[in-house]
Amino acid sequence: MGTAIAFYVIAACILGFAVLVISTKDTVHSVLFLVLDFLFVAALYVLLGAEFLAAIQILVYAGGIVVLYLFVVMLVNLKRPPEAHADPHRKTALGFGLAAAVLAELAAVAVYSANTPARPIVEAAAVPVTGNTEVVGWMLYTSYLIPFEIASMLLLVAMIGAIVLAKREL
Amino acid sequence: MIDIFLIPLLKIVIVLNATLVAVSYLVLLERKVIAWAQSRLGPMRVGPYGILQPIADAVKLMIKEDITPVRADKWVFTAAPVISMVPALIVYAVIPFGPAVSLFGRRVPLYITDINVGLLYIVSVASVGVYGIILAGYASNSKFPLLASLRASAQLISYEVAVTLTLVSVILMSGSLSMVSIVRAQESSHLWYAFAQPLAFVIFIIGSLAETNRAPFDMPEAEQELTGGFHTEYSGMRFALFFLAEYANMIVVSSVATTLFLGGWLRPFPNVAMLGFLDVVPSWTWFLVKSFFFLYVFIWIRATLPRYRYDQLMRIGWKVLIPLAIANLLVTGIVKVVLS
Repeated sequence: MGTAIAFYVIAACILGFAVLVISTKDTVHSVLFLVLDFLFVAALYVLLGAEFLAAIQILVYAGGIVVLYLFVVMLVNLKRPPEAHADPHRKTALGFGLAAAVLAELAAVAVYSANTPARPIVEAAAVPVTGNTEVVGWMLYTSYLIPFEIASMLLLVAMIGAIVLAKREL
Repeated sequence: MIDIFLIPLLKIVIVLNATLVAVSYLVLLERKVIAWAQSRLGPMRVGPYGILQPIADAVKLMIKEDITPVRADKWVFTAAPVISMVPALIVYAVIPFGPAVSLFGRRVPLYITDINVGLLYIVSVASVGVYGIILAGYASNSKFPLLASLRASAQLISYEVAVTLTLVSVILMSGSLSMVSIVRAQESSHLWYAFAQPLAFVIFIIGSLAETNRAPFDMPEAEQELTGGFHTEYSGMRFALFFLAEYANMIVVSSVATTLFLGGWLRPFPNVAMLGFLDVVPSWTWFLVKSFFFLYVFIWIRATLPRYRYDQLMRIGWKVLIPLAIANLLVTGIVKVVLS
């Protein structure tokens, strides 16, 4: 009961702030609502018993990535009215169509998963460690080793690319 | 009921009040120590030897006129001091001041809570604190605060990397993210991590100085260049909040350094039976003494060292501290694998 109330309050806050992110005129305020949104997503993780993910969510998204967004937004000074940024070739109908497709997909997944009983992704006996952080680490380095390595390669490529772009003559 | 609600609430009230008193007296300590270092007396007028000075300062700041610049972004301008103060205070939730003690027939642990991602919690909460500084500079809509807040946030982000890497070395040594388990691990391995990880310890202290915007890395508040820093446009109680947040952060990094590197609440040589008479001193006293040591060192450094230039600061951060921290982490990992 208590968990359900907490979930619905947090979910309502997440959706509310998400709407504010895209509807606020001032870009800096919009970024700040995004931070609030991430904090509430972290709260959702805590509710699900995933403390490690919650801490990482705050550290990486709220504390790291959005700070860089804020830098960019502050420095380019978007004080003009939003109409000035509007793209004349914007395909509004296409955008709505894609959004509707994503919404339909999410609804389909929700309906499908509501009808099938939840199955734990990890068999409990297969993991020899206990504790949130330990299980995440164990899964990353056993079942998900190859996706993990591919992700780190991607990040390495992105880092090298950023260095090459920033320093034209090395 | 008493165990899950009343005792934590009492502990929170005690810790918050003690922190705020400690912060205001830390300001007095700093003024006194710097005065002695410069052959002055420091505050002497309010109370004997100026010990009532913090109260006079607080009253002054509270009754001062509160000014919001006309062109400021009002909402953000109001929120920024709160955003920088709150992370500095909620970190105390996981700092272990002592082990569980018997009090009125109950086992009461001398920490508010012990979560299994304690250290990660501290790092992530501290990373949110940077918003207070950025937003203060932006919302003031004024040149110097904006420049100062850009400096401050670049500095914070750069040094956070090195500091977090040293924390990872400590986590490797202790095998746990919980603050209490880290102290226990130091007790059972008979070693304070300051001696097992001297390099990480030094990098942590230097990084903490930079992260709390303390001299010699106090560029964001360089009066000569920036007229004051990111809080130039703030007055009265809002300025006081920034001021308190800075000193509360000093206490936080001292407590974290004590817990991670100096054995937290443990007495010196906890495994030498001959020194058993030291157990008469309550464990939380050791914690306070060790934290006070770090605070004194921070003030001492401020009285002694000149300010770095900004490019020097960035060079030390990225080209010296981060590579050293990575090397330290690698060596720690290799040694750990070889020994196990």
